[in-house]
This record gives sequence, structure tokens and C-alpha cells, in this order.
Amino acid sequence: MAQTKPHVGLFIPCYVDQFYPQVGKATLEILEKLNCNVSYPLNQTCCGQPLANSGYERDTKDACQHFLSSFLQFDFIVSPSGSCVHHVKERYPKILHDPELQSLLDSKIFELTEFLHDILSLEIQGTFSHKVGYHASCHALRGLGLSKSSEVNTAPFDKVKSLFEKVEGLEWSQLQRSDECCGFGGTFSVKEEAISLSMGKDRLTDHHEAGTEILTATDMSCLMHLQAIEDKNQSSLPVMHLAEIINQIIS
Amino acid sequence: MSHSIASTDFLKNEEHAKWHDETLWMIREKRDLASQKVPEWENLRTLASSIKEHVLSNLDHLLLEFEANATKNGIQVHWAKDAQEHNQFVLDILKKQSCAQVVKSKSILTEECHLNPFLEKNGIEVIDTDLGERIVQFLHQPPSHIVLPAIHLKKRDISELFHQKLQTEKGNEDPYYLTQAARNHLREKFLKAKVAITGVNFGIAETGEFVVCTNEGNADMGVHLADVHIACMGIEKLIPRRNDLGVFLRLLARSATGQAITNYTSHFRGPEKGKQIHLILVDNGRTEQLGREKFRNSLKCIRCGACMNTCPIYRRSGGFSYQSTVPGPIGSILSPGLDLKKYSSLPFASTLCGSCTDVCPVKINIHEQLYEWRQEITKANPNYAESLSMKLASGIFKSPLAYRISGFLMRKLIINLPDSLLYNPWNVWGKGRKLPKAPQESFRNWYLNHRKDEQ
Ligand code: SF4
Repeated sequence: MAQTKPHVGLFIPCYVDQFYPQVGKATLEILEKLNCNVSYPLNQTCCGQPLANSGYERDTKDACQHFLSSFLQFDFIVSPSGSCVHHVKERYPKILHDPELQSLLDSKIFELTEFLHDILSLEIQGTFSHKVGYHASCHALRGLGLSKSSEVNTAPFDKVKSLFEKVEGLEWSQLQRSDECCGFGGTFSVKEEAISLSMGKDRLTDHHEAGTEILTATDMSCLMHLQAIEDKNQSSLPVMHLAEIINQIIS
Repeated sequence: MSHSIASTDFLKNEEHAKWHDETLWMIREKRDLASQKVPEWENLRTLASSIKEHVLSNLDHLLLEFEANATKNGIQVHWAKDAQEHNQFVLDILKKQSCAQVVKSKSILTEECHLNPFLEKNGIEVIDTDLGERIVQFLHQPPSHIVLPAIHLKKRDISELFHQKLQTEKGNEDPYYLTQAARNHLREKFLKAKVAITGVNFGIAETGEFVVCTNEGNADMGVHLADVHIACMGIEKLIPRRNDLGVFLRLLARSATGQAITNYTSHFRGPEKGKQIHLILVDNGRTEQLGREKFRNSLKCIRCGACMNTCPIYRRSGGFSYQSTVPGPIGSILSPGLDLKKYSSLPFASTLCGSCTDVCPVKINIHEQLYEWRQEITKANPNYAESLSMKLASGIFKSPLAYRISGFLMRKLIINLPDSLLYNPWNVWGKGRKLPKAPQESFRNWYLNHRKDEQ
């Protein structure tokens, strides 16, 4: 039986590894509870996104090769970060001039909730009695297409929220602007500090007004930026990564 | 001045910045509602994008077809390779008509060519007849938005300006009253003008006609009263057939302002008896952009402005912060093609959120082009300190050991450094934000202690 379990390589982005180990733990525990055989390759490094987005894509070829050699042997690669997954999936074939890599990555690498939805067809059962504010991280939303963006006029769908349809007590905050960017944007957050802060504050105000009790997202980077502004202003909207919420419900 | 410095300045006036953001967001919402009423909206976008794809791939002979048909209709066609040639053509026509005053309806191309200052230097008065454009012209400012040129100004600013320029009542901010004053002022100019200049929204190769879309009817008023009509058109504004026009007209106004169609959609096919139409076809860097594989489809743009209205950065920094004729996301992928050094900060004025790409009626992959321009800019303008740190980082990312050491150091640094160092003014992140609370143990260490033996 053990052989039929999917073998999942856990990809934990650099900043999650160092600053949010609890998100890594939650991701690992969810996958284990759902009967996956999970390995965390110890030699993994960064996917190279920060460099590439700064205009130094050409310097990341070795990082890309290193990533692939650490991960391609698994059935699936799963990560609690839409942004890093998007970078690997959408940019690696181009950076490495290897168009055939695309279909391989398409079938292999997934953001956590996307994996739970698309591959494990999970319907989370349990209770989570909170009003949850979902921040739609841009790279997960528009990049990976986890839900319909507000600009596009196709049939609505939302892979993330649909995972929670059976969860009792959970109410989603109704935001004024359902998918405006939080303003993090990697080095944008320091290069364009004033706008970055202004965008973050506006997102937080929207959540406060909507009565959000817990703020969540697919990406810890957005949450890190929003929490940092919140902390500086001495308000304290609790922040949980989706992995932590899911892990708590299905425990 | 870099975009970030200009935007920091813009955000200093918090109340105005909030108003600017909300006003443009309101227009984005109007666009959403209008587009949702068209069930085939997404198909229209795909169709429009493919038609423009076809145009860009066949631009050479479509332009010749257009020229031949326009000439047959009695339109005089001129080819301008750059802004200078364009301006000279306009001046020559005006001189031939002994015309010292010309009315002009909105044309971003003439802004791009800096036609107004050129004509003024040559003793010709230019009167912009679009209300918003007239307002910014009074203030000696460029437009801050391609569809809403005076969107950075509030009613009270305009009331004050009209009081000075048009002697309206001081403090009267009634939009109807102010518009009437502008109408009377402009009417007088219209009646006197012998030559009228307009832009072009669409040129139709099959028929040799061109189409101008406005809301105020000022283009028509100018053209019909004047003896000579000069139409300035970028070579990418072409569409193959009249049949294709409907696709674009349905997308344009809905994307721009949420209207189903612009109030005036005027077709110009040939001059009336005794009158003249001159059409100037302008390249000014377009052929070069067409040759850049990664950036060529930026030329599909129909100038609806939707990417500006949706952009969280444009809304919070205003058009002037871009310091280019076309601001916002589309400006940030067009301008570096004109002057890479001058506009090098623009592709970085984005979080790459992708909202512009999703809103664009002709499906330009704007945010991907922003990413691509970043790659070009770091190659063309090397910043040695930055490129060295990137080389260092890339070395770290390919070596697992170096990576672990640097991550460990970063976390320990944050745990152990005093707040006075973490939040000093040189630390940009920490000015308006707290640093994350660093945990004692990384995920990797935890994994080694708790899971490793099981493998
Ligand atoms: S890039 Fe697209 S959205 Fe922006 S102005 Fe052009 S057509 Fe409109």
C-alpha cells in the first residue's frame, strides 16, 4: 500500500524557513494527515524569484538547475507559497530555454491549496468559528489562476474558498476591493516604500471595516507585509497562513 | 527624478491621494459593470487581440493599402518618421493656410510629439478644445491621464482657474456653470479657426477612412467649421476592415469610462468640396518597438486608460509621477523603448500584480513586459553595487551550505539586534513596518530534530 501514496517533495521558501517555521510544519502535517509520503529535501535553497524580479534573471540559471535537481524526482512538488510556485512554473522553462520542461512542471508543482483542490480533491470537514478575511495574493490569483480575478468576466470560481465549503462556523469577510494587491511586491516594498505602505494600509482598513477576525492568504509574504504595518501601528489583526487554518481544522 | 521620489511626494497630501485613488477606482467599477453586461466580453477581447496581432504582422502592406484607399478618397497622406517630421508637416500646412490659430481635439500622439510647444515657438496659438485638455493647457501642465487629462485636479481647483482665466464667479464650483463658461470661451475659438487638428482612434485599411471617438463633440465641431482638417495617426492605429471596427468600439468606451459607446464616433472618409483633409502617419519609434519580440504587442494598445484606472500604483502616485507622455502600466512598457535610461525606474514601479493585463481590452501582457524590461534595464544600465549583491545572492542560492549560513545569520541578526538599529532611518522596511519576530529555530532545524530519523 505504501507505494501508492504520492511522494511529495516539500518546497519551503527561504523566508518561511527562517521566519515562519510554523507554516512549514502545518503544510507538512496536512500532507501527512492526508496520506502523502512527504520528504523535505535538505539541500533546497531559494527559487531565485527575488533576483529575477529585480532584473537579474540571467544570474539565476544555477539556482533553477539546483532547484530542479533537488525536486524533480518527486511525484509532486508542493509549497505554501503561490508566488514561488508561480515563478518556478511560469519562468523556469524560459530561463533555462527548455520548453519541454513546461508540461512536466504543470503536472508536478503546486501551491498547497491548489494541490489539495486539484490533486487530492479535498473537502475539508470540521469547524472554524471565525470571520476570516481572505487576501487573494496576486501570483496565486492571477498567476496560478486559483480563482477568477475581478477584472475578468468568466464564470466565477475560487479553488481556495471551495475547499472550505463544508467547514462549519467559517464566514468570509466581504471586502470592498476583493483582490487588490497588498503592495508587498518583493523589493518593491523598499524601492517604492511610500506606495507599498499606502497599499498595505488600505487593504488592512478594508479588512477592519469588513469585520475580519483572522487574516489569511496563500502567501506568507503578503501576510508578513500586512502584519508588519499592523504591528507598527499597534493594532493587532491576527494573521494565520491558510496552512495553519487547514491544519487546525483537520486535526 | 525616479518614480518612487515623485510618488512619495504625491502621497504626502493624504487627503488628495485618497480622493485620487477612489475616483479612479470608481471608474474601474463602472468599467466592470459595463463589461459584465456584454456576455461575450472575453471573446471580444480575444478577437480584438488577434485582429491587432494580424495588423502588426502585416503592417507594411496594410499601411500601403490604407494610403492608396485614403488617397483615392481625396485625403492627402504624409509619412512622418519621427516627431520632428510630424511637427514640420503640421507647421507647413498651417503656414500654407496663413493660419495663426489652430484648434485641436484630444490627441496623445501630438503630446508625444510635443506639437504644442513647437507650434507656439513658431508663432502659432494652439487651443486644446477638449475640456480637460484646455484646463491643463491653462495651467501649462501635460495631461495626467490619457482619457481624463485633468483627473488630478478637483472641482475647487478648476473653479479657481476659471475665475482667473475666464472671469467666472469666484468660488462657484457648479460643474454645469463652469462647463458653460468653457463652452462659450471655446465656441469663439472654434468659429475663428481655419484649421483643426484631431487624433485618430482607428484607421481602416479597406476603406481608407478613419474614425475619431470623443465625448464632447469637440473634434467634429472643430473639423466641420474649419477648411482644413489635419489628422495625426500613429501607424499602429490601423485595423484591416470596417467590419472589425465594431469589436473595438464595443471594447473602447466600456473599458475607458464604462459607457457603452463614446458620445461621438465620427467617420472621416474624404474632404467636403473645397476643403482638405491631411492625414499624417507617424512612426516615431513604433517600427523599432515592432522589432522587439518581447515588447511588440504593446503596440496593440487602443489607449482606453483602463490599465491606469485599475493600477494600484498609478492611483496612488498620479500621472505626473511617470514623467512620460503615456503614464501608468502601458506607459511603463512603451516609454523605456523610447529612452531606456530616462524611464529606467518605471518598470520597477509595479508589484507585477497583473491587474493591468487582466483588464486590458486587447490582452496586452503588460505585467510580463514590465518584468522583461527589468531584465533589459539591468543589462543596459549596470548598477555595480546592486549587480554585485545579486551575483553574491545567486552564488548563495546554488550552494545549500552558503544558503543555510546566510539564512541563519539573518534570523539571528533580527533576534539579537537592538530596536534602535533595526528601526533606524536607513532601514527602509522598518520605517513604516515592524520586522518579523524571528523564531528560535528554522523549519529546517525543526525538521531535522523531529522528522529526519523517520526517513
Ligand atoms: S494597454 Fe490595454 S488597458 Fe492600457 S490603455 Fe492600452 S488598451 Fe487600454
